[in-house]
Amino acid sequence: MLNETLIPKLGVVTDIRIDTPDVKTFRVVGTDGKKLFEHIPGQCAMLSVPGVGEGMFSITSSPTNKEFMEFSIKKCGCLTSWLHMMDVGQQITVRGPYGNGFPVEDPEKLKGKDLLFIAGGIGLAPLRSVINYCRDKRENYGSIQIIYGSRSKDDLVDYQEILNEWLADDGITVNLTIDREQEGWDGHVGFVPNYVKELTPDISKTVLICGPPIMIKFTLAGLKELGFKETQVFTTMELRMKCAIGKCGRCNIGNKYVCKDGPVFRFDQLGELPNEY
Amino acid sequence: MQEAVISRAKELLADGTVNRVVGWKAGEFAYDTTPAVFTSAEELDAGFIYNDFCAPNLSKYIIKESRKEGKLLVFLKPCDSYSFNQLLKEHRILRENVYIIGVECTGKVDADTVKSKGIKGITGMESDGENVTVHTLYGDKTIPKSETLGDKCKTCKSKKHVIFDEMIGNDGEVNNDGARFEMVKKLEKMTSEERYEFWRGELSKCIRCNACRNVCPACSCENCVFDNPASGIQQRAATDSFEENMFHLIRAFHVAGRCTDCGECTRVCPQNIPLHLLNRKYIKDINEFYGEYQAGEDLDTRAPLNAYTFGDCEPNIVYKRGGKE
Amino acid sequence: MFRLPIEKLDDLFAAVAAAQTLYLPADGKDGRASYVKWEEGVKLSKALNTVRSAKDHFFPQTTNLCDFNMNGKNIEIIDNRQESENFVIFGVRACDARSFTILDKVFLAEPVDTYYATRREHGTVITLACTEPEENCFCSVFGIDAASPEGDAACHITEDALYINANTEKGEKFIESVKDMLTECGTEAVDAQKAQTAEIMKKLPFANVSTDYFRKNTLLDIFNSEHWKKLSEACLGCGTCTFVCPTCQCYDIKDFDTGHGIKRYRTWDSCMYSDFTKMAAANSRNSQVERFRQRFMHKLVYFPDNNNGEFGCVGCGRCLSRCPISMNIIKVIKTFGEE
Repeated sequence: MLNETLIPKLGVVTDIRIDTPDVKTFRVVGTDGKKLFEHIPGQCAMLSVPGVGEGMFSITSSPTNKEFMEFSIKKCGCLTSWLHMMDVGQQITVRGPYGNGFPVEDPEKLKGKDLLFIAGGIGLAPLRSVINYCRDKRENYGSIQIIYGSRSKDDLVDYQEILNEWLADDGITVNLTIDREQEGWDGHVGFVPNYVKELTPDISKTVLICGPPIMIKFTLAGLKELGFKETQVFTTMELRMKCAIGKCGRCNIGNKYVCKDGPVFRFDQLGELPNEY
Repeated sequence: MQEAVISRAKELLADGTVNRVVGWKAGEFAYDTTPAVFTSAEELDAGFIYNDFCAPNLSKYIIKESRKEGKLLVFLKPCDSYSFNQLLKEHRILRENVYIIGVECTGKVDADTVKSKGIKGITGMESDGENVTVHTLYGDKTIPKSETLGDKCKTCKSKKHVIFDEMIGNDGEVNNDGARFEMVKKLEKMTSEERYEFWRGELSKCIRCNACRNVCPACSCENCVFDNPASGIQQRAATDSFEENMFHLIRAFHVAGRCTDCGECTRVCPQNIPLHLLNRKYIKDINEFYGEYQAGEDLDTRAPLNAYTFGDCEPNIVYKRGGKE
Repeated sequence: MFRLPIEKLDDLFAAVAAAQTLYLPADGKDGRASYVKWEEGVKLSKALNTVRSAKDHFFPQTTNLCDFNMNGKNIEIIDNRQESENFVIFGVRACDARSFTILDKVFLAEPVDTYYATRREHGTVITLACTEPEENCFCSVFGIDAASPEGDAACHITEDALYINANTEKGEKFIESVKDMLTECGTEAVDAQKAQTAEIMKKLPFANVSTDYFRKNTLLDIFNSEHWKKLSEACLGCGTCTFVCPTCQCYDIKDFDTGHGIKRYRTWDSCMYSDFTKMAAANSRNSQVERFRQRFMHKLVYFPDNNNGEFGCVGCGRCLSRCPISMNIIKVIKTFGEE
């Protein structure tokens, strides 16, 4: 019988990392211990706990990781609360990969470019896959700068990875910021949009941005002030999804389905679509 | 009638008593009137209509409308005025923001009833109060208006307005002939097996479109239990007959004692399920167990199901009155 | 073209039903037509159309996608798809027949929806030409000829006979299976009926409604129009229009705990419902204006944009006769068209 994408595969949670008070990162493999499927950075998968729900999550590990996939998930609803209560060894269901992903291999778009990643809060999760992909294929990209901010030091997702790997990596620049002064933090304090303007990144860079809508709005305005064009800025979207294949009819922005035509959009594309997200 | 209604609406708009008018808008044909808000004399002239085809109950719209800026004018038919009063009693409407004109009603023509007589392709209808002339693609036909009424009007409970600031046309009388309970009595006389079969037959047609719930003035919850994922009964999946049966029964229970019998549920049901019979059964039971009560009739009487009195019937009275022990 | 004397119609149904399941429109107790499984005694309805559309046959209101058994930390996934049986739907009108090609564009696009595809493969669609279209019909606006319906085979019923002609291989096979009851004939009677219907079609109130506005204006201009607020004002937010619509195909996926396992269902959903796009954190269409706009933008702008200009409406008129407050796609098209 034909393969049916709506029927999921089984996954096993092999590791759970506590990132922040409300974000955990789950490592998932198939029941045979191998990676479930290959993906492009920025693509998503539908994770489900039968009887609880199914939801779309960004695959936050890099495709260059051949052993497993990771998902960084913030606790906010019914399904995510259940996922946060899981122990290692729990089976869940997985289907995917879905969506277009970032055009990492397109020389017109990302390949060979100087890249600027801007993230806020859990917004780092979808970008982490691209960042680590580019680090692993370092020769294919120009300079890499990451500007990342969160409410507090404790809310910085993947902080250990940032400290141990990214900050230790001479080939990339990492600028961290938190919203308010905090004991034990001697880094930058302030909101991401303002920090971006202070850092005055070179306007030849290609920007990948993800975070809360309000952060994206002000950051984009700031980037434009600095001289960036909409065609230089990519983002990744999230709307309610059920099928993940452009058929169930709810995640559309105009005539584009976020699950199928997105989740990655360039801002000039979004400009042609209704402001309904 | 229509001219009088429009000119009064224009006056009230012009003198600033109200800043908008809630009424009915003409459609493509005579029968497809749509509730609408009018804000100017031009808009009223362009589309306002009040005639024998204005069946939709406007009361529910006033929940939302009365919370907006400024005072509004609403036209209420007798049955709509009961719904309005009931909503007022439940503190769902801001009375001070509403100017009510009661409009005379002699029953509304129902397109489905006309179509059920084998009349096809209706492009227009006119009613002179006695007869309805139906223009169709296949010629004209005239039928007595009494034969064109929808379920809600066939056994009208009252032609009397229970609330209004002024009236246009004549106010009528309450109809106490009990004719509206005839079908309920027939159902009561059935054996439980027959009754079960009747309701299974009807309710199994349900497509869970929620038209009955969304049109119902008594269904004014901000968030319905059937839309609440945490309720466990939000499933849209007709996994068994539970949903289609229980949805309507739970809804009928929830509006029991508050349903004014406006009949909108049956009017809007795309599957033609006689939902009003469930509500009428509860109304009849309440009347028999606790004394005559008409929801929406006034603002003061406490609803029997909300008020405990020493005279309340005991369960054994239910059995004495025909229930099985 | 083949001919069957009208008095043999029930014999034809019996012969078809002997080989595979046959569905056709029949009148219910209340006189309204719906598709039922044919058995001895069931009469073909004379109604113009069914209240529910024919989409149920390929996209049922609920479909069991798969089942799960939960056992401690382990999950068992049960693929319970079965090859469905062959079936015939008889009496499908031209509008509903076209709706299948619209649904095909959604469900048969990659990745193929195998539930739909299997039903489509196993179903034979026998259409029936309209002879008495009604005031709410506007299929011709979308280039559909009510007198010459698509489908695997098309029928015309006159006073004394049924005429049938195959449009596809499946239709030929169908005719072959009942050939001993049919006689080959000319097209005169059918041509005469078509001409007569064409005359009526010209007189229909919506025969000249134009959809040009939606071709000539941009997506953003239409989306940002002032009209939506007024048009959606009275919308109750029920799902009647979407559930009676032959082309509405949005769905929800829900899990149902039976107490001894989880059943995962696909069910019809409606973009008119307030929880359609609701997420834990936000809702992209928070008000009824946005939800109402979505439904019509989808049919008149988004779907055509993604499907070579084909509109997502077949003009069956069901939403016109069933909307509780008589707001519908014709009023939307006309409001914009009059601009």
